[in-house]
Amino acid sequence: MRSFQQRLSEFDARGLRVVAISVDTPEINQRQCRKLGYTFSLLSDPKAEVIRRYGVLHPGAGPKHEDIARPAEFLVDSTGTVRWVNLTENIAVRARPKEVLKAFEQSRND
Amino acid sequence: MKRSWNWTLWIGFFSALAGFLTYPFFTQFPATRDFPWANFLLFGVGGVLLLAGLVRAFGKPKLYRGKIFGSILATLSLLGFCLFAYLIFFELKQVPASTGAPRVGQKAPEFTLPDQNNKPIALADLLSGSKGAVLIFYRGFW
Repeated sequence: MRSFQQRLSEFDARGLRVVAISVDTPEINQRQCRKLGYTFSLLSDPKAEVIRRYGVLHPGAGPKHEDIARPAEFLVDSTGTVRWVNLTENIAVRARPKEVLKAFEQSRND
Repeated sequence: MKRSWNWTLWIGFFSALAGFLTYPFFTQFPATRDFPWANFLLFGVGGVLLLAGLVRAFGKPKLYRGKIFGSILATLSLLGFCLFAYLIFFELKQVPASTGAPRVGQKAPEFTLPDQNNKPIALADLLSGSKGAVLIFYRGFW
């Protein structure tokens, strides 16, 4: 997410909104934004309802065996259709901003 | 004659320790984020130095110290390496398959969630007047 913050202007320039979703509360998210300088929205889904709706639940993976989100990235176009998905198989390996921007350019040409 | 201080053992141990502890540091950089080769390199350097130190300690015990503490440091380093390798090669890959996630071409499920300022944000808000939205699901900081 740090890398997305660093290249946020490239998303802005293309008219793309970036948001991040986790089970963290708005209070924790506000702290994180201040600490790490995030200017995009961190959305709070403490009951993991939206996380479940998107099929990206990682049951019992929290520090106290809470249900949390597994890392995943979706690119949604302006009609609400999914244009690109990244479901990593390794928690440490996340989508890079470059991949998402490339996927966006490609989906525009389709 | 006073036996000399077997410094390779200590440097080896601290290199292995650094290999373990610097993992969060190296994940900040794109080059070392996806695979922690810098950490494995530190473990490798540590292993070589520890081995060299042990060979000295056991081969020339009259010249070098470290038979006992060298063995302890080497064992600790080896345990640390095993734990690290387990975390990297097994624990990090325990991710559910998520077969129910929306696929390319499907509609993204609608949602409304509070942001860091407690302001509700809906997917429709993100999409209105924009070219699209990137949704990043993450594990959280707790």
